[in-house]
Amino acid sequence: MAKKALPQSQPIIEFKNVHKVYQTGPVSYEALRGITFSINEGEFVAIMGPSGSGKSTTMNIIGALDLVSSGHYWLRGKLIDAYGEDELAEIRNREIGFVFQSFNLLPRTSVLKNVERPMMYAQIGKAERRRRAFESLDLVGLKDKAHNLSNHISGGQIQRVAIARALVMRPAMILADEPTGNLDTKTANEVMDFLLKLNQQGHTIVLITHESDIAMYAGRVIKLKDGLVESDRVNGKLKMKKGS
Amino acid sequence: MEIVELFYLAVEALKTNLVRTILTMLGVIIGIASVIIIVSLGEGATQSIVSEISSFGANILTVQAGRNFRGPGGGGGSTVDSLTSKDVEALKKLPNVVEAMGLVSTNKQISYQGQATQSSINGVEAAYSTHHDLTLVQGSFISESQVATRSKVVVLGDEVVTDLFGEGSEVVGESVRIDGKSFRVIGVVQDSSDVYVPIETVQKVLLTQNYYNSIEVIVSESQLVESTSTEVENALLIQHDINLVADADFSVRSSQEMISSISSVTGTLTAMLSGIAAISLVVGGIGIMNIMLVTVTERTREIGLLKAIGAKRVHILTQFLIEAIVVTLIGGIIGITLGITVTFVATQFLSIPFVVSATSIFLALFVSIGVGVIFGWYPAKKAAQLQPIDALRYE
Repeated sequence: MAKKALPQSQPIIEFKNVHKVYQTGPVSYEALRGITFSINEGEFVAIMGPSGSGKSTTMNIIGALDLVSSGHYWLRGKLIDAYGEDELAEIRNREIGFVFQSFNLLPRTSVLKNVERPMMYAQIGKAERRRRAFESLDLVGLKDKAHNLSNHISGGQIQRVAIARALVMRPAMILADEPTGNLDTKTANEVMDFLLKLNQQGHTIVLITHESDIAMYAGRVIKLKDGLVESDRVNGKLKMKKGS
Repeated sequence: MEIVELFYLAVEALKTNLVRTILTMLGVIIGIASVIIIVSLGEGATQSIVSEISSFGANILTVQAGRNFRGPGGGGGSTVDSLTSKDVEALKKLPNVVEAMGLVSTNKQISYQGQATQSSINGVEAAYSTHHDLTLVQGSFISESQVATRSKVVVLGDEVVTDLFGEGSEVVGESVRIDGKSFRVIGVVQDSSDVYVPIETVQKVLLTQNYYNSIEVIVSESQLVESTSTEVENALLIQHDINLVADADFSVRSSQEMISSISSVTGTLTAMLSGIAAISLVVGGIGIMNIMLVTVTERTREIGLLKAIGAKRVHILTQFLIEAIVVTLIGGIIGITLGITVTFVATQFLSIPFVVSATSIFLALFVSIGVGVIFGWYPAKKAAQLQPIDALRYE
């Protein structure tokens, strides 16, 4: 069943002195002011911080949605500093499994089609797509909902479908941006338990959150403040999956 | 991504806003339908005119009074009094000419016991019936003696009989009034809306004129039409004492020439009307562009999500472009169907042939797709160029 966490040696994410400056007309704003950290394969890391701390910017850069202004970002050893838009799209498609707070699924589209979509962009054949989508949905326990429309399932189920979609491309990591922000406590805990289970199976998970409760699921918490790393430590009060 | 899947996705997206999609399509439907109707009716009308002219016979030359109306400064043909019975006699003497007959035509009201209709009155010789293959369904045609004695007799087209007496009525022996004067019906001609009266009667009783509006020259063989045309022209120039062909107060035409000139006139008309109809296609296209821009704005978050999970610019561009094309293509197909239906109904009422060319259908389909591509391009490009983080943050 659940395989043991891998020896945490191979870095998946490396940030070296990353700066990010936003320019709006004559006004410039430095969201990240020199951040350095690395995340190894198999880790479950929470990036925390109040609003304005730079956690969204960090998540955008990790997710290859945005590029660094200066410094370097390596993803699986690949330097992601000067890629074009289409190359970034390809990296997102292959290496990153996104789970957002809201608007995770395409409206008026079946659960199955939602999970298949990243594979369509990767030119994966129809039969293989279907097989992997079902496999992934089975993993999140929603195989029987495959043909439901995305707006006909519950909030917790939506997040699980998003996780299933994040897994289909077998990415380097799952990047979850406030994945429980729209859920009640019970459902939120269920989703987090599920992420924890995935981590125990060997998946790397990066969680962006401002809730310390949620961050407690992670094995390591990086706290940001004013665009700098305030603390980076192993989580001593690790929440364990119920019953495990 | 496969094109079939993109079409499937487009149809799915369009179905969610069905009413809006249909309203957007209307512009294309109306545009395509009007072009199909105009082109088809134009072709039908041309065919009908051509077949009517062809039924004159390929060996008939028509001398029209007045300057050549194809040239610059051409006078209004029929009001000119240059053609007379002397011309007819001169033309009869030419070799290869079997017959020459004067023709007078006018529009008059014809009535019977309170029923009245406006009809084209043709003053003709007795020989007219033979050379024009008229089929008599009742009575007989005008005789030479009736022409000579200026008899007040009339041969009616069956459509005129239907208008005045009712369909299929036996009318030989009845009296009708033309321009207030009483005429005895002596015969009925099949498939015609014309009225035939002895030429002398039209000239002296109805119009009081001595000249003809035109002269028909029957040539012995159709191969000789061209050469005889020149002879007819020369004979009339001498007869009218005119030295230069350019000064001629008449023009000579074969039915072939008439067909080609009428075809070119109807062709130009059809093209002009189609041009006007095509404007509605442009308006429809702008409507599509407008709605697609709204759609792109509405679906900004969706575009952001798609980009996050790996959609490249080309994927987004193709998806939205295909949505626009699906709208115009379906609109085009509905428009073609509507156009063909309306054309079919209209041809039944106008009694012209029902002609819908495959070319116009393919052209309409091609144009529909073209409208989708042209007017869908800008919104699709706008969608493709959205930055993923901006799109994801969009509220």
